[in-house]
Amino acid sequence: MLKLHYNLEKLSMGLVAGIIVAASIGGIVEIAPLFVIDETIEMPDDMRPHTPLELAGREIYIREGCYACHSQMIRSLADELDRYGPYSLAAESAYDHPMLWGSKRTGPDIARLGGKYSDDWHVAHLIDPRSVVPASIMPAYPWLMRPLDTRLLSDELATLARLGVPYDPEMVAAAVADARGQSQPDSDAGDAVRDRYGDGIAVRAFDGDPSQLTEMDAVVAYLQSLGALTDAAYDLLAGETE
Amino acid sequence: MTAAATLSRSERQIGFGLAFALALLGFIMAAAARHGVMAVHGAMALMLGLYLVFRIGGAFYDPEPSPDRANQYYDAPTRFGIWMTLIWAIIGMGVGVWVAALLYWPEATPAVPWTSFGRLRPVHTTGVIFGFGGNALIATSLYVLQRTSRTRLADSISPWFILIGFNLFCAWAVTGYVMGSTQSKEYAEAEWYADLWLVVVWLVYFTLYIRTLARRHEPHIYVANWYYMAFILVVAMLHIVNNLALPVSFGAAKSFTIWAGVQDAMIQWWYGHNAVAFFLTAGFLGMLYYFLPVRSGRPIWSYRLSIVSFWGIVFFYIWVGSHHLHYTALPYWVQTLGMTFSVMLLVPSWASAGNAIATLNGAWHKVRDDATLRFMFVAAVFYGLSTFEGSFLAIRPVNSLSHYTDWTVGHVHSGTLGWVAMIIFGAIYTLVPQISGCKEMAWPRAIEWHFWLAVGGTLIYVVALWNAGITQGLMWRAYDENGALSYSFVESVQAMAPYYLLRTIGGAMFLSGAIICTLNCRATFRSTPPLHEASDRPLNPQPAE
Repeated sequence: MLKLHYNLEKLSMGLVAGIIVAASIGGIVEIAPLFVIDETIEMPDDMRPHTPLELAGREIYIREGCYACHSQMIRSLADELDRYGPYSLAAESAYDHPMLWGSKRTGPDIARLGGKYSDDWHVAHLIDPRSVVPASIMPAYPWLMRPLDTRLLSDELATLARLGVPYDPEMVAAAVADARGQSQPDSDAGDAVRDRYGDGIAVRAFDGDPSQLTEMDAVVAYLQSLGALTDAAYDLLAGETE
Repeated sequence: MTAAATLSRSERQIGFGLAFALALLGFIMAAAARHGVMAVHGAMALMLGLYLVFRIGGAFYDPEPSPDRANQYYDAPTRFGIWMTLIWAIIGMGVGVWVAALLYWPEATPAVPWTSFGRLRPVHTTGVIFGFGGNALIATSLYVLQRTSRTRLADSISPWFILIGFNLFCAWAVTGYVMGSTQSKEYAEAEWYADLWLVVVWLVYFTLYIRTLARRHEPHIYVANWYYMAFILVVAMLHIVNNLALPVSFGAAKSFTIWAGVQDAMIQWWYGHNAVAFFLTAGFLGMLYYFLPVRSGRPIWSYRLSIVSFWGIVFFYIWVGSHHLHYTALPYWVQTLGMTFSVMLLVPSWASAGNAIATLNGAWHKVRDDATLRFMFVAAVFYGLSTFEGSFLAIRPVNSLSHYTDWTVGHVHSGTLGWVAMIIFGAIYTLVPQISGCKEMAWPRAIEWHFWLAVGGTLIYVVALWNAGITQGLMWRAYDENGALSYSFVESVQAMAPYYLLRTIGGAMFLSGAIICTLNCRATFRSTPPLHEASDRPLNPQPAE
């Protein structure tokens, strides 16, 4: 062996080939099967993609780096189930490009945040976290009250559709109208969002003002959708505890 | 002596053309985007290109370098790379100390978007990993490659292309984050066009490495170069696969990764952990394998052990990323594989650390007297400690406590401050006098100050975050006698305050050391005209192509 290596050290391309082979095996063995083993993701029937407004909120969540302090992955440990709710399923992030599982909890996990607090609470908390949670160390985001930039929204849905997220051409075409509609309750545009994405979709003036579409509308709509895209995790946990 | 003075006239022509091409690329980017982050980045490339056009154009008719330059190593790019290393150290560590302080004084954040914690945090990570670490790797690899091959770099243009191009990538990345442009993939946040640009830079880097090795006058390729090659090759593989993305528009800094959900998580941490392995370990082991023997005057203790540990690290490391995903929706078998290989990885890791420390046998008096060598010794010790900690934290039940807590952050910093930064400073203090033609650094006593600030800062930081992480982990899982959770989440946040203050102090000490190092290097670079020692030159001079 040592003699073999003695000779290998004289060949730069031999070392290159050796490094590539040695460093490829692990990745291939661990990653390739995830795309072909069906049990990796068990897709529930009620799983829906994010609405355009929620997607826009998700983009803001990414832009502000929220994932650095908040995870969206509840592990299958008793205290996490008690604190946050049913453990996260692979299906729940199957449409997420990229996933936002996170790696650090400077703040709490928010995989099941949707519906836990009112819209008003979220708006107050995002503008000034310490007004509602005095000991919070979260940064304030007062600039979220500015208008939402929807110029790329339709292209974003189209791009995600090309990557396999189930947005049909009608959804792509109506993306901007749907984003506005979801923040305008009791309007035709609001009803159209429900027609396209399901009756369970929250159509509300998330920032308290239906007349204008703000970044706050998008972020709160997104936060309220977390854990609400499918009931599969709750159904599974109920089945396990019976 | 300016950089252009080291180039022949035909090389200046090529450089002029490349600078013009960069300006054109920047113009096209800005024109395609018209507004937003990509337009700003186009303008940055345009201005850099124009600056280089004027710089090279202005020196175009200056005297050419002497024809016997083939008798000398080409260290001007290394010198520039060391400057960039130190500048990024101050930026990256400075932002790190600032964001650490924000966790203790959250109200200190100005209410403007670009100074927000979430936007600055990737500026810190990119600044220190790629800016500080990456420039140090490139600069030292060019220095080590020439000396271990006993030949001059294969050409004089590509080292400049690599260094300037790499720093443009870093600048694009960090300015993008503060403007709100990020892919959100940890340690791979830069957007699609910056990623493509880095691939081009990396190809030139690899080509230069192989071409220079082909001109070597030593039959064997020295161990340090194996590690540098593993760094270059595997980082390319990781970068390309993890960053595969579909741009939303060719005129916008916005793309979606082609990977989704659980597969994305696996690929992200295959990338993320191997960025630790091949960016922050392999390349720096290359540095260690050259500078430690040189500084201590002792040969590497065991040649066999270096072979075993090299291939062990290259083969085992790539498996371990899934230990970041214990108890998650990732299939159990992948988690188990990751854990198993993480534990096995301790063998080659400790073989490397042990080999380094055993090399110092017979030179312990130098470790005592020479702060530069002590930097390298401490680096090897911290390498051994943090790889042990890493294997330990990868074990599933341990991970159930440590994951998501500051213990992980403490672990990472014991590796990056204790090992990576220490070996960089050891290498800098060895090579800066060498390429400045001096016997030693301008302020030898300042190295001693730097050493103790660095060691003290690292220990304070790491111990504080060990306590923080274990406290968090225990508070989150504590139940009272009624079977209810004992603590709300925010109580665990309140418990962190003293540790966050301590870590800020530790980080500030480390930063002060880096500033001292920068001033010391500046004084050394300026102290004397370059005098090349007769012993430090290629074996059989060959004219550069």
